[in-house]
Amino acid sequence: MRLMKGNEAIAEAAIRCGVDAYFGYPITPQSEIIEYLAHENPYKRTGMVVLQAESETAAINMVYGAAGCGKKAMTSSSSPGISLKQEGISYLACAELPCLIVNVVRGGPGLGTIQPSQSDYFQAVKGGGHGDYHIIVLAPSSVQEQYDFVELSYDLAFKYRNPVMILSDGAMGQMMEKVFVSEQKPRSNEKLPWATTGKTKDRERHFITSLYLKTDVMEQKNIALQAKYGVIKDNEVRFEEIQTEDADYIIVAYGISARISMKVIELARAEGIKLGMLRPITLWPFPSKRLSELASKTKGMLAVEMSSGQMVEDVRLAVNGKVPVEHYGRMGGAVSSPLEVLDNFKSLLLKS
Amino acid sequence: MTIDELRLEIVKEENVVFKKTKNLVDTTLSYCPGCGHGVAHRLIMEVIEELDIQGEVIGIAPVGCSVVAYDFLDIDMQQAAHGRAPALATGIKRTMPEKYVFTYQGDGDFAAIGTAETIHACNRGENITIIFINNGIYGMTGGQMAPTTLEGMKSSTSPAGRNTMTEGFPLNITELLAHLEGTYYITRQAVHTPNLVRKCKTAIKKAFEYQKLNKGTTIVEIVSNCNSGWKMTPVESIKWLEENMLPVYKLGDIKVPKE
Repeated sequence: MRLMKGNEAIAEAAIRCGVDAYFGYPITPQSEIIEYLAHENPYKRTGMVVLQAESETAAINMVYGAAGCGKKAMTSSSSPGISLKQEGISYLACAELPCLIVNVVRGGPGLGTIQPSQSDYFQAVKGGGHGDYHIIVLAPSSVQEQYDFVELSYDLAFKYRNPVMILSDGAMGQMMEKVFVSEQKPRSNEKLPWATTGKTKDRERHFITSLYLKTDVMEQKNIALQAKYGVIKDNEVRFEEIQTEDADYIIVAYGISARISMKVIELARAEGIKLGMLRPITLWPFPSKRLSELASKTKGMLAVEMSSGQMVEDVRLAVNGKVPVEHYGRMGGAVSSPLEVLDNFKSLLLKS
Repeated sequence: MTIDELRLEIVKEENVVFKKTKNLVDTTLSYCPGCGHGVAHRLIMEVIEELDIQGEVIGIAPVGCSVVAYDFLDIDMQQAAHGRAPALATGIKRTMPEKYVFTYQGDGDFAAIGTAETIHACNRGENITIIFINNGIYGMTGGQMAPTTLEGMKSSTSPAGRNTMTEGFPLNITELLAHLEGTYYITRQAVHTPNLVRKCKTAIKKAFEYQKLNKGTTIVEIVSNCNSGWKMTPVESIKWLEENMLPVYKLGDIKVPKE
């Protein structure tokens, strides 16, 4: 067991689960990831490559190159840097390359602030780059999950040949908690049946591309991608429920907002209000089905997120008008206190 | 009867002086008749055949006319976003350092949108080979101005000719890259005469062989024609290339390894 920052947990997990390469560019509040890796010198520990790229754009394309060879590659950044990576993420999604992208979200828009925020939800779950695609999005809400979700990301990425994003935030990245670290795993040298590793005489050439100039071929590619996303939606929804059994009202929150909401539930229950929480662990695919079920036996929901209200739209789609769905959250790096959330919950949902 | 068997029946093996390059896929090239891309493709594949490294090589196709180079080259390849080929090559070579890795890029890809990736891959001395086709124009999109478009040269976005006062100067990117410590071998070649084709092949072979020394980036610039983009016949375009392109982009070695 160790005491670690959320960012350090991601870096150590990457080494221990056998990641082949990290490519990144410094940006607050996640620079500890590349600093930790540089300091640990994982090339000596496992042969893992760590390279500081000239830009976020270059970093995501280095990930593309390594992922195309079947390697476990990753990059990390924070909001403005993730915007720069969107071109590459769209290409990775279409070329169906497994990889991990970590976004330690800070307040925006623009250069914004270095304080934590959750305002990149739309960008993460609705595509972000151009074209019809989805990446799997995991939202850790403890430093332990920051650690555990790295290996989970690669399991999912390689299972579906799809990019995976860990959508963290400045608070998760900077806060320290105890972490149970796993045993060191060796890097895999497996040659994957689609990877570009050099065309040997016993097989056809492999090429990695996202270009399909003929309309009918590109349409079929899109249909195949959507079918894959359907399978992911059916099989990979993850969430945690806290005191929902007897709840009259449900908070929906992820990441740092879920941690704050734990206290909100405690305060509410002390006042006799039966409040529970559904914490999405996968933001895409979203736990819509479970939210719909919960809507049938509760009186209302509150999406707590540090944005102007992004995830709340998906909650409303899931609930489909069965009960009122409200949003509370602050923007621009401001973090709500539990009391503040509780007061707003009361005024938004208990006013009648 | 297969095509190969038919060929053998018509041409006796002992009389063969030239064959279709082994590692080129038996398909029609998408390039305009008269364009230099086909020759450049052939030379790379001949070098790969002669070095016997088909199973050891990973190529990267850019955005531009050669975007589907993987349709023609019988090797493992990746297709890159516009300008990002050197970043992909870095990701590949760093995780598979025993392989031969090359990019195949045009002037817009290499010297405009990808300038940052180009300079930093070279500055890190990535042990990759860059084949850079310089025809002074954007061919794929229909003849727009490139970073390498000559002063006064007409294109669809410089219809009165490139005005250096407003559009800047032709970017001599390889001579710029020669100043970087990370580059090991840079040469400028052409493929519009048989003699130049032979010289170019020797240069490509050297560039690939040098990868094994792990001493830095190797670059072969090929000054080529774009008869479609230049709105000329292939023959006119060759004459124009010799009279206009070569005085600005002089052929020969730009940086050779220090002995």
